[in-house]
Amino acid sequence: MTARILGLAAFAACLAMPVYAAVALSDAAGSYTISPSGSSIHFTIGKAGGGGFDGAFGRFKGTIRIDNSDVGRSKVDLTIYPESVGTGQGRIDAFLRSDAVFDSANNPEIQFRSTNVTRTGDTTALVTGRLTARGKTFSEKFTAELGGLKSGTIKFHVTGKVLRSRYGMDVGTPLYSNVVDFDMTLMGRRG
Amino acid sequence: MQSSITNTATRYGWPTIILHWLIGAIFIGQFVLGFVMVRIESQRTSFELIQLHKSFGFLLLGLIVLRIAWRLGNVVPTLPPSVGALERRAAPLAHFSLYVFQIALPLSGWALVSVSTLEIPTMPFNLFLMPDLPLAESDAAESFWSATHWYLAYAGIALVALHIAAALRHHLLLRDTVLRRIITPSSGGE
Repeated sequence: MTARILGLAAFAACLAMPVYAAVALSDAAGSYTISPSGSSIHFTIGKAGGGGFDGAFGRFKGTIRIDNSDVGRSKVDLTIYPESVGTGQGRIDAFLRSDAVFDSANNPEIQFRSTNVTRTGDTTALVTGRLTARGKTFSEKFTAELGGLKSGTIKFHVTGKVLRSRYGMDVGTPLYSNVVDFDMTLMGRRG
Repeated sequence: MQSSITNTATRYGWPTIILHWLIGAIFIGQFVLGFVMVRIESQRTSFELIQLHKSFGFLLLGLIVLRIAWRLGNVVPTLPPSVGALERRAAPLAHFSLYVFQIALPLSGWALVSVSTLEIPTMPFNLFLMPDLPLAESDAAESFWSATHWYLAYAGIALVALHIAAALRHHLLLRDTVLRRIITPSSGGE
């Protein structure tokens, strides 16, 4: 893990001296549309006795806006369609879509609206925002790490933990952990 | 006056009586629960009822092991004179079969959750993690054990119905002590 962070940092450093110097931010500034092709939203839920199950959302949309003068005023909006959940096991997918978990028929969208972005390092930021699922909204925090910046595209690696019980999705605890570990790659295209 | 703990030639002791009714209630309750849990519309309730069914299944398995051990260490009261020759031969066979079902049902359920490709952990009453049986997981094995568990359940409940009918026949028609002596030790004497 440490090696990976160091690797990313090195990568980021090489990417361009200009990127993380003051100049860089103005390069990155602008609005991006999250591109599903270069992005992924994975999650893992631990299981009693070890292991757990992994899943991913296939459909989502969103925007990333990097503020030119003040990173803190940057914004991230993300909408996930829980109907698109996939775990590799059809019966589990059906269960997750059902009223037991997402109730995707009545709650077709899970939304995240950032309220604050705090820079925590050269390539990292803490994104606080309001997560809405099944009609319930709570403040959640995610860690974003800049993974790449090329002409017209920006890529972030986003991780965070969400307690599913707060959103009325506590079914299966304590067999399955209440903590959902998110691991996302969000790739934005300018415009 | 003898203690009412152990069985004698004419009556059952309290441990036998309590285990009998406790296991009987759980066995019938498990049949009803098993029937309902896979038919209920709410997936959430279904999931929770299935976990409850698993919990009671392990409780049943524990109780039946205790019951068989107790039975092996005790005498079995003799049948009253009202019991005919045929029934004298049939009753032990029926009772033996009931024990077989009480063992086979929880074990087949355990096998079912062990081979299921859903890999749902088992925590009886959320108290501790019950390991899976060392059986290979597959959809085919899951279908097999699911069918086996169902067939055993239907056959087992039919046998329980026969058992209840026989008990009622003794109590209401033959008016003997067969039912009463499994209710309280003091009713056992002829």
